[in-house]
Amino acid sequence: MSDLNLDPNIADPDGFYAKLIEAHEGLSDDESAALNARLILLLANQVGDRAVLDAALEAAKTVGH
Amino acid sequence: MLDDRYSLAFKLYPYERSADQDAETPVRHPVVVIGGGPIGVATALDLGLQGIPVVVLDDHEGIGMGSRAICFAKRSLEIADRYGCGQEMVEKGVVWNLGKVFHEDRKVFEFNLLPEEGHQYPAFINLQQPYFERFLVDRVREAQAQGAPIEIRGKNRVDAVEDKGDRVAIDITTPEDSYKITADWVIGADGAGSPLRGMLGLDFEGRVFEDSFLIADIRMHADFPTERWFWFEPTHKAGASTLLHKQPDDVWRVDFQIGWDVDRKEELKEENIRKRLDAMLGPDVSYDIVWTSIYTFQCRRMKDFRHGRVIFAGDAAHQVSPFGARGANSGMQDVDNLGWKLGLVIEGKAPESLLDSYDEERKHGADENILNSTRSTDFITPKSKISHTFRNAVLDLAEQYAFARPLVNSGRLSVPCVYDGLSLNGPDALNGGPARTRVGAPCPDAPLGDGFLLPKLGGGFTILTINAEAPEALTEDGVTATRVAVSAAEDATGLIAERYLGDAEAAVYLVRPDQHVAARWDAYDEQALRAALRKACGKE
Ligand SMILES: Cc1cc2nc3c(=O)[nH]c(=O)nc-3n(C[C@H](O)[C@H](O)[C@H](O)COP(=O)(O)OP(=O)(O)OC[C@H]3O[C@@H](n4cnc5c(N)ncnc54)[C@H](O)[C@@H]3O)c2cc1C
Repeated sequence: MSDLNLDPNIADPDGFYAKLIEAHEGLSDDESAALNARLILLLANQVGDRAVLDAALEAAKTVGH
Repeated sequence: MLDDRYSLAFKLYPYERSADQDAETPVRHPVVVIGGGPIGVATALDLGLQGIPVVVLDDHEGIGMGSRAICFAKRSLEIADRYGCGQEMVEKGVVWNLGKVFHEDRKVFEFNLLPEEGHQYPAFINLQQPYFERFLVDRVREAQAQGAPIEIRGKNRVDAVEDKGDRVAIDITTPEDSYKITADWVIGADGAGSPLRGMLGLDFEGRVFEDSFLIADIRMHADFPTERWFWFEPTHKAGASTLLHKQPDDVWRVDFQIGWDVDRKEELKEENIRKRLDAMLGPDVSYDIVWTSIYTFQCRRMKDFRHGRVIFAGDAAHQVSPFGARGANSGMQDVDNLGWKLGLVIEGKAPESLLDSYDEERKHGADENILNSTRSTDFITPKSKISHTFRNAVLDLAEQYAFARPLVNSGRLSVPCVYDGLSLNGPDALNGGPARTRVGAPCPDAPLGDGFLLPKLGGGFTILTINAEAPEALTEDGVTATRVAVSAAEDATGLIAERYLGDAEAAVYLVRPDQHVAARWDAYDEQALRAALRKACGKE
């Protein structure tokens, strides 16, 4: 029942994706994990809404295995 | 056979022979408290000041050496104030508001507790636990002199307890002999290791954390400010996390997280403790070591706090990690909650089932404390690699950006819980009333005339009227509520209106003896008040 947006919402998907991968270039696995963690926290704060965050956690957990 | 398990800071209740030891048949007492720690002694004070005879049995002759608790929260001080010894504690204690958080020696940020204005007591004081306990015992002595029927029996170890249905039989060992007494009610305040729990075969389940902490209380004449300093992963490597906090008498608490697999004996050698302290303080600071200890901890509680005529309180009932200072502070709230209920039951003014609300309310409190202290512990000592990664990400971000600071958790300091939605609650019928004074909440303090509001509440039931009419007293089925009237003129700061009226013009509150809100309305309605008073006494 949350407002988690699961439709396309990024204006330049290829550009964003390239930037994301680029940010990890040359990093060790640990450094990459740390970067991801910081990024998640920044984005989570931007979202703010607990219901949306909970829905995002759920959505992330339910795919990929 | 009655050796001390710890050495004493203050010998306050030396063994004395009691007439009970020479009685032909076991003497019967209304209330026996097992354990003379802070929670047992506070229980005795609460009951004794109500005029209810109470005997405290402790297996030592005074207060244990070593500070253990150092942080006492406003609510504990307010409760102590009701017992008549809050001021002494504040005078001796150290008031602090500033905290600093470091990560690998870099300051991540600092915070100010920014205590709210208009309270008689500060948000927190630091005070060595033995002092806290001594102020309670001193108050017992004073109350005894004024006729309060309290007795503390030192070197009286409880060895067996049996619930006989209509009373409880207690076997006691003293340095001279063994004897028996019986009690209508037994309060188990015998600490985290609670032998009583074992005697009754009761559970104590929860989570053990695989880490140990080395505490050193040191005396130094250093000019560190009166602040709480917390290091995550300091580069001096003296501990995986380290806490520095000031206590009275130039004593500082240093707390090192040292890992699970440690050789306790080796670590506690003075030379090894000094190595850690020197690494942290630098080579030029001189200090004396006052007390050291290694502790591990659990977060757990008993499944039930009431077992018929035996009721558990304090560490015997629940244990939390020290992060957040919730141990003794939550135990004081147990006492506050239990005292008036047991008093009414013993006086025949409320049914025994009122005691089940103690179980309900304080389990609710314990769960909240366990949740908070478990979260702090998981942040301070991350249990997995990814948890560690996130923890450090929070710290790295917090150094630069304010948004991440609320995520830093080096202990969420104890605040009293709100008994939301529980059985004794009456109607919350004050339109526009503030959320903080909703039914179930502890009453917040505020200036009143040239004093404060809280000292006028509590002890018995109170009808608190603000710009509203009500009779001076109302008695329902043996229980009397007396009025405390507040007018706009006496609320010069407007803080009572802010905290108790919100958007309302007037209000009538029914306040319990433990200063929690039982019900509230826009105006006085006798029938509604009678019904709420019955409900708050467990008569429904
Ligand atoms: C390192 C550390 C730091 C802490 N910091 C804080 C803090 O900052 N703030 C806070 O609020 N809390 C803190 N705590 C927790 C606090 O110390 C406890 O919550 C508090 O002491 C509990 O009081 P109690 O009366 O329930 O139990 P206890 O203090 O353990 O007292 C139990 C008493 O029962 C007696 N007894 C035991 N068995 C028997 C028997 N068979 N017969 C008769 N008597 C018996 C014992 O001798 C003892 O006197 C800390 C604890 C530790 C270890």
